[in-house]
Amino acid sequence: MDRLALDVAHLFAGGLVLVSFMLLYQDRIFGLLNIFALHALVVSVSVAWQAYIQQAPHLYITATIALVVKAFVIPVALHRIIVRLGIHREIDPVVGIGQTMLAGIGLVALSIMVMLPIAAEAGTLVREDLAFALSVVLLGLLMMISRHNAVSQVIGFMSIENGLILAATGAKGMPLVVEISVAFSILVALIVIGVFLFRIRERFDTVDVSTLDQYRGGRP
Amino acid sequence: MAIVLDAVVQLGQLLVVLLLAPLLTGYVRMVKARLLRRQGPPLVQPYRDLLRLLRKEVVLAHSASWLFRVAPYLIFATTWVAAALVPTFAAGLVFSYAADMIAIVALLGSARFMLALAGLDVGTSFGGIGSSREMMIASLAEPAMLMVVFTLSLLAGSTQLSSIAVFMQGPVGLRVSLALALVGLVMVAIAENARIPIDNPATHLELTMVHEAMILEYSGRHLALIEAASYLKLLLYLSVIACVFVPWGIAVSGQGFAAYLIGLTLYLVKLSGGGLLLAVFETAIAKMRVFRVPDFLGAALMLGLLATLLLFVSRVA
Amino acid sequence: MALEVLLWCVAVLLGTGVAAVPAATHRLATSLVYGLAIGVSAIALATAGVVLLAGGPVASTLKLPIGLPWLGAHFRIDTLAAFFLVVVNLGSVTASLFGLGYGRHEETPARVLPFYPAFLAAMNLVVLADDAFTFLFTWELMSLSSWALVMAQHRRPGNAEAGYIYLLMASLGTLALLFAFGLLAGASGGYAFDAIRATAFSGHVSAIVLALALIGAGSKAGLVPLHVWLPLAHPAAPSHVSALMSGVMTKVAVYGFVRIVFDLLGPPSWWWGALVPLLGGVTAVMGVLYALMQHDLKRLLAYHTVENIGIIFIGLGLALAFEANQMPAAAALALTAALFHVFNHSVFKSLLFFGAGAVLTATGERDMERLGGLIHRMPLTAFVFLVGSAAISALPPFNGFVSEWLTFQAILLSPALPQWSLKFLVPAIGALLALSAALAAACFVKAFGVTFLGRPRTPAAQEAKETDRWSLAAMFVLAALCLLAGILPGHFIDALAPVAQALTGENVPRQEQLSWLMIVPIAESRSSYNGLLLFAFIALAAWSATGVIHRWASAATRRSPPWDCGYPDASPLTQYTAGSFTQPIRRVFGSVVFRAREELRMPPPGDTQAATLRVRMRDLPWDVLYAPIAGLVGFAADQLNKVQSLTVRAYLTLVFGALVILLMVLGIWQ
Repeated sequence: MDRLALDVAHLFAGGLVLVSFMLLYQDRIFGLLNIFALHALVVSVSVAWQAYIQQAPHLYITATIALVVKAFVIPVALHRIIVRLGIHREIDPVVGIGQTMLAGIGLVALSIMVMLPIAAEAGTLVREDLAFALSVVLLGLLMMISRHNAVSQVIGFMSIENGLILAATGAKGMPLVVEISVAFSILVALIVIGVFLFRIRERFDTVDVSTLDQYRGGRP
Repeated sequence: MAIVLDAVVQLGQLLVVLLLAPLLTGYVRMVKARLLRRQGPPLVQPYRDLLRLLRKEVVLAHSASWLFRVAPYLIFATTWVAAALVPTFAAGLVFSYAADMIAIVALLGSARFMLALAGLDVGTSFGGIGSSREMMIASLAEPAMLMVVFTLSLLAGSTQLSSIAVFMQGPVGLRVSLALALVGLVMVAIAENARIPIDNPATHLELTMVHEAMILEYSGRHLALIEAASYLKLLLYLSVIACVFVPWGIAVSGQGFAAYLIGLTLYLVKLSGGGLLLAVFETAIAKMRVFRVPDFLGAALMLGLLATLLLFVSRVA
Repeated sequence: MALEVLLWCVAVLLGTGVAAVPAATHRLATSLVYGLAIGVSAIALATAGVVLLAGGPVASTLKLPIGLPWLGAHFRIDTLAAFFLVVVNLGSVTASLFGLGYGRHEETPARVLPFYPAFLAAMNLVVLADDAFTFLFTWELMSLSSWALVMAQHRRPGNAEAGYIYLLMASLGTLALLFAFGLLAGASGGYAFDAIRATAFSGHVSAIVLALALIGAGSKAGLVPLHVWLPLAHPAAPSHVSALMSGVMTKVAVYGFVRIVFDLLGPPSWWWGALVPLLGGVTAVMGVLYALMQHDLKRLLAYHTVENIGIIFIGLGLALAFEANQMPAAAALALTAALFHVFNHSVFKSLLFFGAGAVLTATGERDMERLGGLIHRMPLTAFVFLVGSAAISALPPFNGFVSEWLTFQAILLSPALPQWSLKFLVPAIGALLALSAALAAACFVKAFGVTFLGRPRTPAAQEAKETDRWSLAAMFVLAALCLLAGILPGHFIDALAPVAQALTGENVPRQEQLSWLMIVPIAESRSSYNGLLLFAFIALAAWSATGVIHRWASAATRRSPPWDCGYPDASPLTQYTAGSFTQPIRRVFGSVVFRAREELRMPPPGDTQAATLRVRMRDLPWDVLYAPIAGLVGFAADQLNKVQSLTVRAYLTLVFGALVILLMVLGIWQ
């Protein structure tokens, strides 16, 4: 039982890394939203599995929050925002998709190299989870810096949060309160970002954040 | 005595792949037609096509050289040998040690090399466009395939498909790396067999085709050989996927006639399952632009690399 | 005994070179020089082959009273040297055979004949040298004689510049090797290799020596970013000399690296095994990408030399990594793979350069865009060039595949390495190797397809004639070797066993007694390859298909204009060219590696002007590394120019200042 349970947990965590790569690969906004919903779904299933094998019922709540908020509410909300704004549907990446993915592979290698020796004495599961979670966080950051579009930056930000959840549940002992407050902060962030998107759009007729640069002070 | 028997079984495998290959293509075409609510051609249509092509005369361009006439035989022979070396219903046959997975990939590379040259031989622009794109696709698909081989061989400690198949029948457990390798392998298989979304095997719309553009000048018996080679290639990739990821039921050399028969039956089941999935996938997806293909195959390459990396994280078996 | 024979061979070659100076213009000189070179090289080849096959750790040495009076000249032959002598002399025999025919078209034989035997002799001497002075002297002789051959056609545009850059880079390489030997010899000045071998070196010293060896031998071999001279100089020489430079001289450079790092320097550190394969991987991919962008046939081949040197260095680097971690069996496998590739590359690269030379004599063209359709006019050359292309593209059943396969098997052993960075790096290098192999296939489809297939693009290509018998003989010998080493690799691996044994203390298991002439580098359950069986199978399958078709299918054949979807175009200029063939690959890789930008200028509607497409590419190593250095040198020279016209007093001040500074340095030093 134990071995299979570990295998399944491993599979979910690895699947999350894979979905992060799928996020990097997407070049359409609606595709991106769907993949992000999948991302959240994998996280919640993974957390639920952890709840099951660690016999920690409060993790079920975490899983439910992740499922409801991030797999449904946020994608649907973003979808509606995008439709209402009518912002164009192709994402234009700063560097080519191939190079971004290559950089992503490098980041995964880096996080494995960093995590394996540090957490050598920890249990297998924790060690793997931490390596995977760090990869997801780094890939999210990569996504934020390698896209012009504000929507993909939002999604990158949320995928980072998913990575943190993965790390926290693997480490046995994130209090429920923390988790709930994190979930709410994400919601608040969504609202703020939504407002922010509207404002950018109103001002500049685009959500390409590079147009903001032209209005920064202190530039030659 | 045993070696003679082994050789007979190997010969049997050689014939099985040759006879089954057109059937598989006919089956995929039939399922696709049904999914589109069309009647579609009958299951045995590819056989009829081949026979008809063999009876037709060859029309050669004036500028065609000896290479153009030799290439179909070499392409067919190389692909056939490669397909016969993949374990289908039985693993560990006596000649399967002649080539490991890397060599099988390279054999397919030889066939493609000849095909791309044949595309350039007549000196037309469509032949050139096909060769050029084929080599671009191959230049990414081959490394991706080798990375998948890499992952499998690191896990199984062998690059022999027979040994990998035996290893995978054992308690392997669920592994992320294997899942990634499977996805990568499927992506490569789709690209290598000129299926949608990379290429369209049914189109004769000039600017969207790759494989068909290369063989545009072929006719008669030459075309029959090239068509047979491409049927064999599809069978080969499905066999590789089946033997690595659903290895159950493959007989091990020397287990006797009954085991071979079970292996053959299960092999047919696996092929029909794989063909069904391929047809569904092809029906559900649209062809992509040529310059989106590098991203697709680049992703397969990345998956292969990632699978290798993640192998180090997973616990020691 | 063997050593004496080899040194006599060298002496005869040097004598021939000297005698050719006054006699070069004679009618028979060409035949005599090349005939003599064939004979002498064949003797040397046989001698070296006997030493290699006899195996054993015994090395014979010899000391001649020439060179530095207190040192003399030491020579030595061991199995490593014997192997490289086989490579050198095999190349020499075939190149001379080719030269018998090719040399007759030479415009200025006096510029080639004296230096050619000297070049052959120098390459033999480098491999035989057993002290630092002899090694450096003969290395420099090799550089200079090959430089003279590069400059043989110095009036052709670009050749003078190629020679200049070659001279600069060769000097840089020799300088690096000079420093490396200086460090190895140390303060005690033991310049003989025996004395160096007996010394143990500290970590810093060996790291610096490794770096210097990489610069010295790597620049000669063509490691990126030191490769810049190679694609300029190799094609500029006459074709048989190009073959020698690309196929053989780069191998002598590899020999220099192996001798210094594996033999003289002592046990490696693990990070060498990360640095060297990484350089090799980058070199392999960059080399093949450069080659893909080339339209000049000989220059394309020269860039492929860069690629193959990268593959060899991947093998050598892996051997270092395994050796540093006390895994001698794996190190032996990696080293055997690298050395086997050394042999293979020398064979097929010579073959391809000969083919390019035959095309050049037949048409006067090196630019592929002006060739085409040569398979009709030169069927034999086309056939051997096809064999060479398949071999260099690592396609079974030819030899290039076997050595790359062995390299892959060595890469697959990397998870056993203890260092995490190596565990992660080596699979990535495997991906680079696979990428370079696949791109090489694309490149040779282009090279063969555009040159030999299709329709002739110019009258020159239309009226080409098959090349002479000598050249064809040389090419067929090499093509046969490509196939032989591909289907019977076990014998070649066995011949390399004593070399690996001497350098790593272990060797790849004997292959000879395996059933069916299979090769099994580690264990049968792990991997095996049988080129002979594959070849037989393919032949059998092709034969049976032919039989069936001839028996039952229609044999009717009709000639007609090409179909081409109903738009056959009359002009051969509308065919796919080398540039259009590589356009997809250029868009995928070139936009990153070369910053390739395409500029399409379409005339406005209604205008009948032709549209133009311009491709701009940047050579990054050149722009980043060499252009700044050249700029700096130019700036410094401009500044120093002012020193030319000073007053006498100012000159005296300069001398005085220099004297005072020297005295101060002396004072502080003590």
